[in-house]
Amino acid sequence: MIDWIAIFSNAAQELISPTTAAYALAALGLAIHFGYTGLLNFGQAGFMALGAYGFAISTLSFGFPVWASVLVGVGASVIFALILGIPTLRLRADYLAIVTIAAAEILRLIFTTNTFDSLTGSASGLQGYKGGFADLNPIPPGTYGFGPFTYNAYDWWIRIVGWTLVVVFALLTWLIIRSPWGRVIKGIREDEDAVRALGKNVYSYKMQSLILGGVYGTLAGMIFVLPRAVVPANYQTSLTFFIYAILLLGGAATILGPIVGSMIFWVLLSFFSGFMARAVEAGWFPFMTQVQAGQLRFILVGIAIMLIVVFRPQGIFGNKKELAFVK
Amino acid sequence: MAEAGSAATTEAEEFEYFFVGNVTFDDKPLRGVQISVDGNGYDAETKTDADGKWRLGVPEKGEYKLTLDEETLPKGVVVKEGQNTITAEFGLTKLKAVNFFLGEGQRTTTDIGAQVLIRVINGLNFGLLLALAAIGLSLIFGTTGLSNFAHAEMITFGGLMVLTFGVDLALPIWLAIIIAIVLSAALGWTLDATIWKPLRRRGVGLIPLMIVSIGLSLALRYTYQFFYGGATRQLPGATIPSDIHLGPVTLSWIDVASMATSIVVLLAFAFFLLRTRIGKATRAVSDNPSLAAASGIDVDRVIRIVWIAGGALAGLSGILWAYFRPGVSWDMGFQILLLVFAAVTLGGLGTAFGALVGSIIVGLFIELSTLWLPSDMKYVGALIVLILVLLFRPQGILGRRERIG
Repeated sequence: MIDWIAIFSNAAQELISPTTAAYALAALGLAIHFGYTGLLNFGQAGFMALGAYGFAISTLSFGFPVWASVLVGVGASVIFALILGIPTLRLRADYLAIVTIAAAEILRLIFTTNTFDSLTGSASGLQGYKGGFADLNPIPPGTYGFGPFTYNAYDWWIRIVGWTLVVVFALLTWLIIRSPWGRVIKGIREDEDAVRALGKNVYSYKMQSLILGGVYGTLAGMIFVLPRAVVPANYQTSLTFFIYAILLLGGAATILGPIVGSMIFWVLLSFFSGFMARAVEAGWFPFMTQVQAGQLRFILVGIAIMLIVVFRPQGIFGNKKELAFVK
Repeated sequence: MAEAGSAATTEAEEFEYFFVGNVTFDDKPLRGVQISVDGNGYDAETKTDADGKWRLGVPEKGEYKLTLDEETLPKGVVVKEGQNTITAEFGLTKLKAVNFFLGEGQRTTTDIGAQVLIRVINGLNFGLLLALAAIGLSLIFGTTGLSNFAHAEMITFGGLMVLTFGVDLALPIWLAIIIAIVLSAALGWTLDATIWKPLRRRGVGLIPLMIVSIGLSLALRYTYQFFYGGATRQLPGATIPSDIHLGPVTLSWIDVASMATSIVVLLAFAFFLLRTRIGKATRAVSDNPSLAAASGIDVDRVIRIVWIAGGALAGLSGILWAYFRPGVSWDMGFQILLLVFAAVTLGGLGTAFGALVGSIIVGLFIELSTLWLPSDMKYVGALIVLILVLLFRPQGILGRRERIG
C-alpha cells in the first residue's frame, strides 16, 4: 500500500530545504522587479546562473576564498543587469521581457558550449567548489534534528545560511520598500509619467531596481548550488517560470508572499509527485507510467499559473488595490 | 564526466593543455571516431564519446598535428578534403578547440565561397520556416496585444500531428500533412475561443495575458511529453539522401519542397493581406484596433481569423521544422520560440512583412555565424543581434516609432 508517512515527511522536509530558500530569495528579487517596480524580468534564471557559475568558477579556476567568490558572482550580475537595462528600460514593458529571456538563454548556451569547457565544464557542469564554504561551518560533525528534519552538520549549515539570507533580505526589502526610494518605485509601477513629471529620473530608479533584484537572484543561485552541483540544464527558462509561479502564488507586491509561496509550492509539489509516484507503483493509475506521473506536476504548475493570474491576481497575501500588473 | 569539475585542479590530470573538439555530422554526434595528436615528441589518440566529444591532453604548449582517422567515420561521411590533419597551436588559454569539418562522401569542394553559398541556402530555408510562425505571432500581437509564448506549442502541434497521422496511423504523408494543418488551424481557433476571447471579455490586462500564455505553454508542452514521451522521432522521408547537385550545393527533395512550400504559402498570405477585404481589415485592426472598430470592421471576427491563420501557419512551420532539424520532439517548438520572437522584434512588432524580413535575417545570420562560431553557439549570435537592434532601432526594421511607447 501507499507509504503515507514517507510522502508526508518528504513533503515536510521541503519546508526548510535550501532549494526552497533559494527559490524564495529569487522570488523576492522578482517581487522587487515585477511586484514593486513593474519590470517584467524573465531572466531571473540568468541571474541565478551567474551566481552559481560566478561562485564555482572563481573558487575552482582562480582559487578565490568564499567571500571573494560571492563578490565575483554579485559583480557579474550587476554588469548583467546594466547590459539588460541600458537598451530596454526606456522601452515598453514587453521589450524587457523578450530581452531578459533572450539574455538568460545566451548565458545558458555560453555555459553549455564546449568552447569554454575548461572553465564551465560544458554540459556536465561543475562540482567540488563547496570546500571553502564547508570549512566555515561552526557546527561540529554529527547528526542533529528530529523526525523528518534530521540532517548532518553540512546540511544544517546550508539550511541555516540559506534561510538567514532569506530573512535578512526580506527585512531589507521591507525597509527599502517603505523608504522614499520604495515609494518612488511603486509610483513608477502605477504611473511612470506621473513620477517623471515630479522630476524623478525614472530610468535610473528602474535600473537600480533591476540591479537590486538581480543581486537577490544571484545570491539565490549560490544557495541553490550548495546542496547540488552546477549544471547548465538547471537554468532553462522554466526555472524563471517556476519562480514566477511562486511569486504569483504568494502575491507579487508582498514581502511574505514569495517566501510562503516558495514553501507552499515545494511542499505541494513534493507531496503531489510523491503521491503520484507511489500511486502509480501501487497500480492506482494503470494507464500511466512512472515517467508520465513525474511530468504531471509540470502540467499542474502551468495550469496553476493560468488560474492564479486570472482568478486571484493578487496572490495569497496581496492586496487587490496594489495590483502589480502594469499596462 | 567527473574530471570536468576538477579541470582546474591539475593534480587529478596528467596534463595542463588540452585540445578539445566535437565531431558531429548533420548536427548528430558521431561516436567512436579516432583522433590522434602528434608533435613535440609526443603522440596520443582518443575516441569521441557518445556526445561526439573528444579531449586530448598534451604535456606542453606548442604546435601539434591533429588527425582524424577517416576509417572510423560512418559510411558516406568524410572529412573535407585536405582537412583530416589540422595543425593547431594554443592561444592564451590552456584549451584549444579543434574542429574537423565533415561532409557527404561525394562532396569535393571546400572553398569558402561554396561554404557561404551552402549556409545561405540553409539559412533561407530556416528563415522561411521561421517566417511562417513569426507572421502568425506578429499578427496575433498586432490584433490583440498578446505576446503569445504558447505559439511554440502551436508549432510543435503541427509536427506531432503529422507524426500521429503519417507514422502511427500510417496515412499517406500528403494526407497526414493536410490533416495536421487543418487541426493546427482548429487548435488556433479553439485556443482563442476557450481561453483568449473570454479573457479579453473580462478585460484582463496585457501583462497578465502574457503570463497566462506562459502557463499555457508550460502545461501544453508537458502534456505533449506526457502523451508522446521524451524521444525524438523521424517523419517519413526526413532522412532521404541529398542528391540534387547545384554547383557546390547539395540538397534533398525535402529541402526543395520545404522552401517551395514556404514561398508559395507566404506569397498566398501576402496576397490575402494586401488584396482581400478581410486581409485589409486584418492589417487595419493590427494597426489600430479601436479605429478599425470605429470604422465598422468586426474586430472579433478579424481576431478569430488571425488565430485560425496563425495556428495553420505555425503548424506548417512545425512540420517544416521537423524536416529541417530533423525529427519531431515534444519541445521542438520551444527550441525556436525565442528565435521567432527575435524575428518578430527585429522586423517590428505587429507588422506581417516585418516578421518575414526579420525571420530571413535571423535564419541567414544563424547559419552564416556557424562559419566562425562553434555550432552549439549558433543561436547566441542571433539573440545578441536582437539585443543590439533594440539598442539602436527599437521599433524594428519595418516598425513605426510610436509603437514602442
